Amino acid sequence: MSVEEKLMKNFRYLKDVATIELNQSACVGCGRCLEVCPHHVFLLQGTKAVITDRDACMECGACQKNCPVNAIIVDAGVGCASGMINRWLQEHKLKKAGDGCCCS
Amino acid sequence: MSDHIGACKARWGIGRMQYIVPPGLYAVGEPEPASPVLVTANYKMSYDIVRSSLAGRNIWLLVLETFGVNVWCAAGKGSFGTDELVERIEKSGLSQVVEHRRLMMPILGAPGVSAHLVAQRSGFTVRYATIRAADIPEYLDNGMVTTEAMSTMKFSFYDRLVLIPVELVMALKPTAAVVIVLFVAGLLAGGLQAGLQLSLIWSGAVLAGVVIGPLLLPWLPGRSFAVKGAIAGLLFSMPWYLIADGMSWGLPETVALFLTVSAVSGFYTLNFTGCTTYTSPSGVRKEMRLALPVMACALLLSGLLLLVGLLA
Repeated sequence: MSVEEKLMKNFRYLKDVATIELNQSACVGCGRCLEVCPHHVFLLQGTKAVITDRDACMECGACQKNCPVNAIIVDAGVGCASGMINRWLQEHKLKKAGDGCCCS
Repeated sequence: MSDHIGACKARWGIGRMQYIVPPGLYAVGEPEPASPVLVTANYKMSYDIVRSSLAGRNIWLLVLETFGVNVWCAAGKGSFGTDELVERIEKSGLSQVVEHRRLMMPILGAPGVSAHLVAQRSGFTVRYATIRAADIPEYLDNGMVTTEAMSTMKFSFYDRLVLIPVELVMALKPTAAVVIVLFVAGLLAGGLQAGLQLSLIWSGAVLAGVVIGPLLLPWLPGRSFAVKGAIAGLLFSMPWYLIADGMSWGLPETVALFLTVSAVSGFYTLNFTGCTTYTSPSGVRKEMRLALPVMACALLLSGLLLLVGLLA
């Protein structure tokens, strides 16, 4: 393991906040969630996916979007603080809509 | 070369939103009907990185209209999505150009695309290949099998470094406004030196949060970005305190300095969550709910302390 990879293991965000849920009885074991997850949150055990590293989830929503049987639910979004502040300001009519943030 | 200059300018936020490539089907090398198809965004920097990574290969490149936004952010917003992909396949006449029905996708495009719906609507099957364009040649040589390294997110010192210029530019306007107000306030209350000191402290705190926090990210303790940023601010305050002969200050000024710098720095490092590759929106929301009131109180308290110090 390189130094960078070891450091990546230190890149863990807050514990117990990720909203991801997997309905195992609906899962068909296609493995698509393993393919799209950039943080290896899932493993395939037999014919079912399991969540093995919930705290690594960044709620990007890739698994939910690509699950062919809708077995995954996650409150997905972009984790951008300035975006959230902008949205809050817009909702409270303190700022006009359309003022972008970093990646708008 | 001009691509390098363009990328450099875009990193500093100059003409960033006009940095685009027209969407459509492109050829890298001399692809044939059997050659693989790779999908990407029309952000020019994404397109250039993909093209240079694929130098010497023969590949079709399907560029989606993401309005100059990179794959990851565009997928999050939905412009790099199922509808656009299906439409671009039709408009570009891809099915007449290639004889197979397979697409290679960047893994970071997955939040916007439903592979099974693309297959239903266009007949093309999607394989999510790698996170980084640089790994595509190895993926091809590996018989189109993704290794763990190809699908693992990295966030190296360099990855973080190149994000900082544009963050600095974004912070410039609000910082300039605050600095002017502080300078005038300091000037009126305590003369030129006080005005300069106040503006320098605020600018330094912003720099600590925008530059030091993100760069030292893995080494700063804790998981919370606000805490990491606050610590970066304290690290910055220490030498400042010594250089500016802080020992001679009164207690209120000293406390005010450390409070302000850690609050401002914490705020800007928390803001960097938007650039990372591992922070969840639920986590950011939780941090903001806790940290923003604390930061506001810290600033308020600092202001009061300075007033007290002034009157004492």
